[in-house]
Amino acid sequence: MRREPVLRVVGKLLIPYMLVFALYVQFHGDFGPGGGFQAGVIAAAAIIFYALIFGLPAARRLVPEWLVETMVAAGAFLYLAVGFAGLALGGNFLDYFVLDRDPVAGQHRGIFWVELGVLITVSGVMLKIFYMFAGRQREG
Amino acid sequence: MMAATVLAIVVQRNLFSVVVLAGVYSFLMATVLVALDAVDVAMTEASVGAGISTVLLLGALYLCGGEEAKPTPRAWLPLAVTLVIVGALVYGTHGLPAFSDPLAPIHTHVVPRYLGQALAETGVPNVVTAVLASYRGYDTLGETVVVFTAGIGVIALLRRLRRGKKEEE
Repeated sequence: MRREPVLRVVGKLLIPYMLVFALYVQFHGDFGPGGGFQAGVIAAAAIIFYALIFGLPAARRLVPEWLVETMVAAGAFLYLAVGFAGLALGGNFLDYFVLDRDPVAGQHRGIFWVELGVLITVSGVMLKIFYMFAGRQREG
Repeated sequence: MMAATVLAIVVQRNLFSVVVLAGVYSFLMATVLVALDAVDVAMTEASVGAGISTVLLLGALYLCGGEEAKPTPRAWLPLAVTLVIVGALVYGTHGLPAFSDPLAPIHTHVVPRYLGQALAETGVPNVVTAVLASYRGYDTLGETVVVFTAGIGVIALLRRLRRGKKEEE
């Protein structure tokens, strides 16, 4: 598919907007529909789209395997770290009220970091599964 | 329309059209969820069900070929089991409260507090996000760990396969 000019042009036009839309869904999740899970899937879909048009090696150069594998673990770690930050500051596990002097601002901060952790893990896992499947050869 | 899609999925023998029809079904489901005012869930259904899983299934099809295996001639036992389960589920729905009954247990337990206090307590206008990340933080942590475990499982399984092949050569 690498020789298709229409796909290449449309992909180059659309992929930046897909990534920006993923960020919008992520950070606008407080006010409208959206959040870490959806944003993670949209970001992963943008990269998968890139891999389908420009080929898997190009996508691997763009988002290397080690980065994806780190993302898988880093997101869950970030979520846990927010929980333990609440503990360290004198609250309960995953207690956001203690993260800032103003409890409501603390809630905001906690939700922000937790959603970021979800985004990183979800997009990492989706990309990893796609890489694993796409990297295999057809049998027989 | 959804029923027609399901019938088409059951009748089709070509797995490629089954995968595409499953994507169509997911999008129809997402519109139903929008009609029910569950925009967050609809978004997840559209992106995960219709987007990513379609791509992954197409990748799997590329690996294993596109025709369904010949069905076993007589499948009375699975049919009977399915009918019994369907009967039990339909019987179970009679015990549920009526649709949009305001006195149903789910509307009287913690929902009033979530809907009434979420903005004041968390400062987040989207109640879904407030419940997901704050009131039910433990559950979301569990979900994230489930996704993480799925990724680790896929890595472990496919890595081992690749190494096994090298040893055979």
